[in-house]
Amino acid sequence: MSIYLLCLIIFSLGIYCVVRKRNVIKIIIGVIILEYAVNLFFVLVAYRVNGRAPIFSAEQEVLNMVDPLPHALVLTAIVIGLATTALLVGIAMRLYEKYRTFDITKIRELKG
Amino acid sequence: MMPAENIIPLFVAVALAGAFIVALAGGKVRWAPDALGNLFTLALTVLSVVSVLAVRQYGVLVYSVGAWKPPVGIAMVLDGLTSFMLVTVNLMAFIITVFSVNYMEKYTSKWKFYCLFLLMVAGMNGVIISGDMFNLFVFLEIASVASYALVAFGTERQELEAAFKYAVMGTVGSLFTLLGIVFLYSYTSTLNMADMAQVLIQKGGKDITLMVSVLFIMGFGLKAALVPFHAWLPDAHPSAPAPISAMLSGVLIKSLGIYALCRVFYNVIGIDQAVSSVLLFLGALSMVVGVFLAIGQWDFKRLLAYHSISQIGYVVLGIGLGTPLGILGGLFHLFNHSVFKSLLFLNSGAVEYSTGTRDLKEMGGLASKMPLTGTTSLIASMSIAGIPPFNGFWSKLIIIIAAVQAGRYGYAFWAVVASVLTLASFMKVMKYAFLDRLKEKWNAVKEVPVFMKLSMSALALICILGGVLLVGALNDAFLERATDVLLEGTKYAAIVFKGIG
Repeated sequence: MSIYLLCLIIFSLGIYCVVRKRNVIKIIIGVIILEYAVNLFFVLVAYRVNGRAPIFSAEQEVLNMVDPLPHALVLTAIVIGLATTALLVGIAMRLYEKYRTFDITKIRELKG
Repeated sequence: MMPAENIIPLFVAVALAGAFIVALAGGKVRWAPDALGNLFTLALTVLSVVSVLAVRQYGVLVYSVGAWKPPVGIAMVLDGLTSFMLVTVNLMAFIITVFSVNYMEKYTSKWKFYCLFLLMVAGMNGVIISGDMFNLFVFLEIASVASYALVAFGTERQELEAAFKYAVMGTVGSLFTLLGIVFLYSYTSTLNMADMAQVLIQKGGKDITLMVSVLFIMGFGLKAALVPFHAWLPDAHPSAPAPISAMLSGVLIKSLGIYALCRVFYNVIGIDQAVSSVLLFLGALSMVVGVFLAIGQWDFKRLLAYHSISQIGYVVLGIGLGTPLGILGGLFHLFNHSVFKSLLFLNSGAVEYSTGTRDLKEMGGLASKMPLTGTTSLIASMSIAGIPPFNGFWSKLIIIIAAVQAGRYGYAFWAVVASVLTLASFMKVMKYAFLDRLKEKWNAVKEVPVFMKLSMSALALICILGGVLLVGALNDAFLERATDVLLEGTKYAAIVFKGIG
């Protein structure tokens, strides 16, 4: 139960940050927090109390093991997050060159 | 002979290889990006037609990546719906790359455009053929990241603003999808769609599917620009270069949004009354709100973007009805919309290419100077407004009949209202842009170059002949099979496992 609460809190923080902040860089940080909340949740879902690494050996029988699949998947998710973040930061740099500000209330030419 | 399922991974592999080769050769030889880009999209179109024939002959095909059998390994599935979507995406991609040969001349680095374009096509094809939830997310992100970059392609003030907005909203939407996938994984301990459907039937689990449904409607609904989640679309689509607007409105919102939504709800989670009414409501809302917002627009491309929201509403309404006729109408409208909306965006691109403006008030009488653009855009306008015998009429008719048959008179009424308003707003476009009196400053305007003409005429031809898809063998091979996949619901699992072989 606690992992759900923990991830929910981080996720909500990220959403708050994306929705409420006026600064482009802060919005990007909000997106990163969101990504990390989901990744953390993915890893914690796989965790088992007192579990061990899922490596089979001849001598001992492994009864309680940690689910290895999400770890592999989270790596992919992190790489995707990196690509998105890099693109967002790139766009933010170009935005600053054109508008000379990071304030999104001043970057508003598209309306209607 | 090569087993038939080996065709499946080619849809991703050819597009990815194309992106790589274009990037490798593109900067050095001047004609290479055009030639290679068109060659690869043509190859993909041919492959997608072959895939329709393969499904017709062999039934459902499953490719196991790395020879790991599906419940464990990654599966790629080719069935009726998949081949239907593949034809839609790749045909549009090919016609649009033909258009870009001339249109993209004004941008400096054409090879970057084709590289990103092919990456986006690879992502969309991947979403469509994937039989694995996590892979669906990965391909969805490939296509999305490429599209964020393409929206910002001009790197001017408005393009960057739109791209930033789109990228932030798109990323948040994808994360909702990922969260939904994590919930499903933690409950079912599998990622394979077919296996997941079976486990969900065995274990029940009403609460978890409710939670996941909400997350998926938010995630995929944002990609499909359904109304409460549509804010990015009217900025992003007009700001991109015209071929990209056509691609985004024509196929991206459908393959990432509608297709993924259908596949997950119908074949994996299993659609129930609650979800179906939510889809109906969101569809009708998008339909009406989109068209009302569109009527007041004076920017040609922005008007078209709002119409995309409205037309997507029709598709979702048809699919949400859940009856065979409704789904058939929804899928047919999906195909038709990708044809006429691509054509309209290409028309707006052609006008912008020749006159340099997107403002409807500044145009006027262009049909006399640009006869082909004028004619094709008249055809597309009549098609989107639902005037017989163009393709848009048939699909709208089917959706409205299906709504009446299902006893949803209210939704049928709103569908008719939205259609009338669409007609009104396109009469405005035709009057201000193409008919009327020619303004003096446009006396020197010339018709667009040959490749742009070629692709616009091809799309107009499909608009005129589109209704043929409803009759006889073509309907049987193309639309019926796609409809059947959605109708079979969660029995999909058993069919896929039989296909593994």
